[in-house]
Amino acid sequence: MGCCETSSAGDITDITPEQWAKADEIIARYKGQRGVLIPCLHEIQQVVGYLPLEVQERVAAGLDIPVADVYSVITFYALFTTKPKGKHKVGVCLGTACYVRGGEKILDKVEHALGIKAGDTTPDRLFSIQVMRCIGACGLGPVMTVDDDIYARIKPERVPEVLKKYS
Amino acid sequence: MGEVTLTIDGRQVTVPAGTSVLEAATQAGVKIPTLCYLEEINEIGSCRLCVVEIEGARTLAASCVTPAAQGMVVHTNTKQVREARRAVLELIISNHPFECLTCVRSGSCELQALAESLGIREIRFEGAKSHHSVDESTPSIVRDPDKCILCRRCVAVCEQVQGVSAINVSGRGFNSVVGPAGELPLNDVACTLCGQCVLVCPTGALSEVDSTREVWKALADPKKHVVVQTAPAIRVALGEEFGMEPGSIVTGQLVAGLRALGFDRVFDTNFTADLTILEEGNELLQRLQTGGTLPMITSCSPGWIKFIEHFYPDMLGNLSTCKSPQQMFGAIAKTYYAEKAGIDPADMYVVSIMPCTAKKFECERPEMRSSGYKDVDAVLTTRELARMLREAGIDPSTLEADNYDAPLGIGTGAAVIFGATGGVMEAALRTVYEVVMQKELPSLDLREVRGFEGIKEAQVVLGDTTVRVAVAHTLANARKLLERVRSGEASYHFIEIMACPGGCIGGGGQPIGTNTERRLQRIEATYQADRELPLRKSHENPEVKQLYDEFLGEPLGHKSHELLHTHYTARGISSKH
Ligand code: SF4
Ligand code: SF4
Ligand code: SF4
Ligand code: FES
Repeated sequence: MGCCETSSAGDITDITPEQWAKADEIIARYKGQRGVLIPCLHEIQQVVGYLPLEVQERVAAGLDIPVADVYSVITFYALFTTKPKGKHKVGVCLGTACYVRGGEKILDKVEHALGIKAGDTTPDRLFSIQVMRCIGACGLGPVMTVDDDIYARIKPERVPEVLKKYS
Repeated sequence: MGEVTLTIDGRQVTVPAGTSVLEAATQAGVKIPTLCYLEEINEIGSCRLCVVEIEGARTLAASCVTPAAQGMVVHTNTKQVREARRAVLELIISNHPFECLTCVRSGSCELQALAESLGIREIRFEGAKSHHSVDESTPSIVRDPDKCILCRRCVAVCEQVQGVSAINVSGRGFNSVVGPAGELPLNDVACTLCGQCVLVCPTGALSEVDSTREVWKALADPKKHVVVQTAPAIRVALGEEFGMEPGSIVTGQLVAGLRALGFDRVFDTNFTADLTILEEGNELLQRLQTGGTLPMITSCSPGWIKFIEHFYPDMLGNLSTCKSPQQMFGAIAKTYYAEKAGIDPADMYVVSIMPCTAKKFECERPEMRSSGYKDVDAVLTTRELARMLREAGIDPSTLEADNYDAPLGIGTGAAVIFGATGGVMEAALRTVYEVVMQKELPSLDLREVRGFEGIKEAQVVLGDTTVRVAVAHTLANARKLLERVRSGEASYHFIEIMACPGGCIGGGGQPIGTNTERRLQRIEATYQADRELPLRKSHENPEVKQLYDEFLGEPLGHKSHELLHTHYTARGISSKH
């Protein structure tokens, strides 16, 4: 069988023994009950931050559910993520207003500057990019956020200098 | 339960309450097109191709999930219905590659057939097409998600019939894809490669790995001595690929077709099925007499073997150590036959015709090289053989019956029934009983282990021991049976398990269109073929006797162990092996 090759769903994880222990505790609490997959995954994601395949397999074994079914649920709900989030979360709004004001150019620029696609995290785990659907700041578009900071009417050429502020 | 009477396209039909409008229509002789529907397995109403108009209802209803009701008036052919159907189909096709000319399913594809019967000539919707790469990671099955229409039939079969759940739908909407967790390659997850998903896929999204090119190449190579073996279940299924009635027995035409393709020798897996019975029967007796691990479980179904390696690795000791008839054949062909015929095994090429996709995996297992070479070089499914015959312009239904070659060409009735659930058990008991009791079974037909019931049980009195046996087909039933054994709820001496519904006659490599009805017809044909053979007990096979006399010595002897027995690998279910 194929082994240890890089897979799309994250493989070499940095989950600490403490996080594993907590995840196991959560699984143990839900064990034997029906219809508990979603709350169980949600709690574990709050502890671990994301749900890579190793975690999915642990949940599958614990709750006696096929891992293909666990994955199916995780990929259906936008709430769940299989990839770790970066230390800084960069958001670009692509709601209608921002979109017509050039939100997509901002996203392009961010992706280019960080060398990753929306939804992904840089290998050094410093940044992850998220596309947002209207954050209610339509008058200020295009809008980009980094963690809690909002950058209104941002121009593509300013993106690199904004990102430099975070480390 | 009561009955209801309804009217469909002006025809009155009475059906049991709870019957779907679709089934009622079928009964009334009205054909409604379907796509996601798979009788009793996938009734989820997702594609909406089967919509009908019900008088008094505001919207069209998906007939496969709408129960028939008393007095209901249904129309299946109104303008509104036709337009809705067409729109659904066009939407599906708008996200489908136009690759019919080069697609393995062209001619047997349900989507193509629907487009044809609905007269689709253009697609009004134009949009982006989703793209996922082709998964060719396993030796058995190819996944081409771009041809997937998300009907979920494969998911339902894998979960409900096989109890494996190796695949599911992931993602949402346009990004949906059917496959293993984490979008891993199929080879990296606990899939048994049984191919039942391939059998129910309406399109070319799932198919067998094609080995026809390699086999053509070997046939064209003058230095190669190419021999072929045919599994028991091919002779009752191949005819369907050439328009013959399901359940036709085409043994002689199969041989003639293979000869016409240019194989140097046409042999029969039935020969090694008989050999398997001698080895396995004696193994059972040995375990009974020496306190070996019981129950002993049969090992001829490679999908089942992969299943137990993944899900019950603690029970590998229960498996018979006998190789499957396919692998015994390869090992004997490249040793005994090579020697007898004066052929260098290095120049021999062994092809198997199998009803099974998992057999392709089996012949690649590293332990299957006991002749010093790869024992079986290539496996063709029934479907691939049919494609080769068509490519060569050979229609077996028009050929005169021919006979298998010696010395690996004689098989008994006991070997024929290997193809049906319960058959290996019945064949083994015919021989074991006679070896122990020194007389024939009172009746050679063991009815308790025949038929389509999921788990069957029987008892046979052998002197002062009553041997309890059980038979399961489908992996979901195998799981049930193993759980019972593990928990101590049931105890047996001998268990037969076949991965596919109905046994090999319903295998994942059989003709597209295989369903319960056809499986039953093939089973019927299998027992008929058994009845018609002069020899019906494996130990009466004269060529097998000769093989022991000239070459092997005795069952379970030294040579047998070297060539005919094997070991297994605990795999577990984690994706990281
Ligand atoms: S899956 Fe069917 S419709 Fe699609 S390319 Fe193949 S034959 Fe044509
Ligand atoms: S080959 Fe069998 S086990 Fe594997 S996905 Fe298909 S149905 Fe499931
Ligand atoms: S792979 Fe085939 S059976 Fe499975 S969902 Fe796609 S089209 Fe349907
Ligand atoms: S066949 Fe009825 S909804 Fe698909």
